[in-house]
Amino acid sequence: MKPAPFAYLRPSTLEEALAALAGEQGAKVLAGGQSLVPLLSMRLAAPSMLIDINALPDLGHVTCDEAGVRVGALARHAHVLASTEAAAAQPLVAMALANVAHPTIRNRGTTVGSIVHADAAAEMPMVLRLLEGSVDVASVRGRRTIPAAELFAGPLESTLAHDEIAVEAFFPALAPRAGVAFQEISRRHGDYALVGVAALVELEGDEVVRARLGYLSVSDVPVVVDVSGSLADPAGAALAELEPVDDIHATADYRAHLVRVLTPRVLAAATDHARQRMNA
Amino acid sequence: MTTKLFGTKVARVEDQRFLRGQGRYVDDLLHDDPRLLHAAVLRSPHAHARITDIDVSDVLDVEGVVAVWTHDDLTDAMAEPLPLLIPHPTLTHGRTQYALAKDEVNHVGEAIAFVVAVDRYVAEDAVARIRVTYEHLEPVVGIDAARAATRLVHDDVPGNVGARMEQENGDARAAIADAPHTLVLDLDIERSACTPMEGRGTVARWDPDTSRLTVWSSTQTSTGVRGCVAAKLGLDLAKVDVITPDVGGGFGVKVVHPWPEELLVPLAAKTLGRPVKFTEDRREHFISSAHERAQQHHVEVGFDDAGRVLGLNVEFWHDHGAYTPYGLIVPIITSTQLLGPYKPLNYRVVFESLYTNTVIVTPYRGAGRPQGCFVMERTMDAIAAYLGKDRTEVRSANFIQPDEFPYEHGLIFQDGRELTYDSGDYPASLEKLKALVGWDDFEDFRAEMAAQGRRVGIGLACYVEGTGVGPYEGAHVHVETSGKVKVATGLTTQGQGHQTAFAQIVADTLGVRFEDVEITTGDTRKMPYAVGTFASRAAVMSGSAIHLAALRAKEKALRIAAEALEAAEEDLEIVDGVVSVRGTDASIDLGTVAVLSNPLRYAFDEASKAATQFSVGDPGKPPVAEDDEPGLEGKDFYSPPRSTFANGMHAVIVETDPDTAEITILKYAVVHDCGHLINPMIVEGQIHGGVAQGVGGALYERMAYDESGQLLNASFMDFLMPYASEVPTSIDIDHLETPSPLNPLGIKGAGEAGVIPSAAVFAAAIEDAEGFPITAMPISPSELYALRLSHADPEETS
Repeated sequence: MKPAPFAYLRPSTLEEALAALAGEQGAKVLAGGQSLVPLLSMRLAAPSMLIDINALPDLGHVTCDEAGVRVGALARHAHVLASTEAAAAQPLVAMALANVAHPTIRNRGTTVGSIVHADAAAEMPMVLRLLEGSVDVASVRGRRTIPAAELFAGPLESTLAHDEIAVEAFFPALAPRAGVAFQEISRRHGDYALVGVAALVELEGDEVVRARLGYLSVSDVPVVVDVSGSLADPAGAALAELEPVDDIHATADYRAHLVRVLTPRVLAAATDHARQRMNA
Repeated sequence: MTTKLFGTKVARVEDQRFLRGQGRYVDDLLHDDPRLLHAAVLRSPHAHARITDIDVSDVLDVEGVVAVWTHDDLTDAMAEPLPLLIPHPTLTHGRTQYALAKDEVNHVGEAIAFVVAVDRYVAEDAVARIRVTYEHLEPVVGIDAARAATRLVHDDVPGNVGARMEQENGDARAAIADAPHTLVLDLDIERSACTPMEGRGTVARWDPDTSRLTVWSSTQTSTGVRGCVAAKLGLDLAKVDVITPDVGGGFGVKVVHPWPEELLVPLAAKTLGRPVKFTEDRREHFISSAHERAQQHHVEVGFDDAGRVLGLNVEFWHDHGAYTPYGLIVPIITSTQLLGPYKPLNYRVVFESLYTNTVIVTPYRGAGRPQGCFVMERTMDAIAAYLGKDRTEVRSANFIQPDEFPYEHGLIFQDGRELTYDSGDYPASLEKLKALVGWDDFEDFRAEMAAQGRRVGIGLACYVEGTGVGPYEGAHVHVETSGKVKVATGLTTQGQGHQTAFAQIVADTLGVRFEDVEITTGDTRKMPYAVGTFASRAAVMSGSAIHLAALRAKEKALRIAAEALEAAEEDLEIVDGVVSVRGTDASIDLGTVAVLSNPLRYAFDEASKAATQFSVGDPGKPPVAEDDEPGLEGKDFYSPPRSTFANGMHAVIVETDPDTAEITILKYAVVHDCGHLINPMIVEGQIHGGVAQGVGGALYERMAYDESGQLLNASFMDFLMPYASEVPTSIDIDHLETPSPLNPLGIKGAGEAGVIPSAAVFAAAIEDAEGFPITAMPISPSELYALRLSHADPEETS
């Protein structure tokens, strides 16, 4: 369980990192390493070069304004989770992060890294997608913003080009009359979820006028379903768009059952959250 | 008077080292030796295949590769199959693997080639360059496929049956036929594994000047490894030393020996003249060490109105994997220990031990008992349900009573001896357990929870465990002239706290300070006669041997001191390392007694002057008497007539989520009887660890083989060993101390106890919560959900 040989570069500027990445087709970017290093050790990935971005300046930020939360590429999950401003601006970020693995992994793993790793069982890609956030990427060719709806191409596959580094994720702030909630069921504390559900609802008066649901681990990409028009049976509406499968931990039937159990719970919790915020 | 340490909660002295990261394990050894080489193994990616060609030509081009071995490169005994460690007359078709596969591979992970290089990275690079041509064969995976026998694992083993064994006491089938009530049960247990924190590891160094081989191995039997290495490499036993340093857990898997790497590392070290290290990685541990537990049982039981078992007939099928290096120990234990604390009037058991194209099956903590306990306790619960009786009442009706010991079952146990229980008090244990878990108040609790929409269940399970299996262990106790006591025993330590527990025995028996006692284990240079640490035997076997050896040292100390103090031996006592005449000021340090015990020609320090030829002894007599030896030492061995039988009972209250089918542990209670406790804290630690491991086996862990024999969860990402967050935060423990009459300290083993009843007790509690039978373990929420659907009232679900 030792990685195959690779070259290692630890640049001190983003420009240097981008140039190196553009110049080496087999290069991979190393940030927190919580997904990449196990893949290397099991020789499931054998990049020719690792570009370690941990020495780059100015990427560790978690900044909040009226628009939302901006998370730099080197901000660790634990740092984002500890930010009271972030939790105030967009409570779903902290709600979901508390379910990301264990403290030791959150201390090293980066939120942006997790997003661009694009694992359909990971919390943060789905949260970004549900909140209609975005990721800023940089390359020698310039910078661009990729909306979350266009970010996830397939299992463990994002739409970043090979020469691009994700430098920042943006989570829009929670609107005044909106509420969010998150729940997941996993086999052990901190494991990848068998099913995870997040909800974002908006109220008019006491009425839910908009409701969107995000799902983990029940499709090969993070899935968001708008159930605004199907509030009588939101789980049924969601299941029409999900493709739960069997694996060694749970059957597809059980996953579908958990979708039916969790969906109304999370929707109700998000609705309560919105009401509390309106009454606060 | 020194406080008696035996029976007190002395804090483990080894934990200072372990918790500060100062333990020294095999992988820590020689790490700064620039000559050290590292090994990696090419393992079969296929479950069943013929090897038609192995091409290593690309390997030696890799910079840093030193050597590569395949079976073609092995000679003499190394080219022969590995030993079948425990033969048995009914094991008519025993098969063992080669150190490196010859012509055929029989499970994913079987060793094919062995590469030695300057570091493990390069060794793995080289392994990836070996090209093997396989001719695929159909694999046999799982007990159903093995029984169907439409495909064979080994061409020359018909029906995939390695062994068929039957034992009977009375006439079970006739008793069942005549019984007022009968039940039939089919029960399944899946595979799991020991998964110690530290995997397997071996380091070897050959000294060409002295032609001497030193092997360090993370093993549960250093003497066993020594014997195998010497035999396979054609070396004199006296030229091979095997040392077991700190070991990060064993749980049974490390008693298997020799592993291919345990022979190949010494071979490479001797051939290359450089030290060589092999450290197994986690994936290798999953696919190339050992598993346990998989069995299918068919039970027929006949009983009377009181639930008394009149006849019990058990047939079972045991999946032993691709080879049988450890013989039939696991299924024999299942077949005998299944009886637990009960005395069915007639009992018949027959098993077939079957080949499959999967990792070998050898003892894992509990060693066949968890399966037996599951079967017997499921049967007891089924009888209670059938008769509408309380489950504890049916058990009471079947208990062996305290006045019936020694109790003979009329069967032969795993050690080839009669299955005879030495002592126990099962009715008293059950009373304690009921009180501890609140058995009689449970229906109130159930109603209270039901009112909140919550679903709970309670289960209990009882077991008896044959511990302290022979043949023997020995000990050597040496009092140095400083008064410090050095003790050697040959069995190994893999975290049990032997330094503490054994030192407690020595301190009490010899009358020395606990701090002055140092214990060495698992070093064949210090104690070449030993068996190993398994089967909950270390405290019983080495504990007893150490006690006996300390008594011999004490006897000699008193004899020499009596002469020096001009007193009668019976007037002397030894306290804190000082021998004194009771009721007087006359005394002599034990260290001085050690000086006097060893007549010297040369003084090496102030104290030793007292033992030189002009200072001591009767000039008219030989300095060492005819039947005496120099030195203040004691050596002795303990070899029991048979195992001593510990017992215990567990109860658990679980909550099952009506919506998600998640299973939560609300209360876990243990009543445990391992005779006299040397150190209650260590025993409780063993129980805690066992319960944690049992929770894993019951609710989380399984070996997910697919039909082609690939292990889908060969990592800790997908093999769900429970975290601290999944095991009970508190375990209520009560002890009973029914001493064993078989050893001088009245002790019984405790190492495996905590894990034995887990599958049984969780199945019982989940069944109680859900109201339908649980017949297969482990169980996940997904499976519980499926069971709910299959047992749902069609009216309700429509």
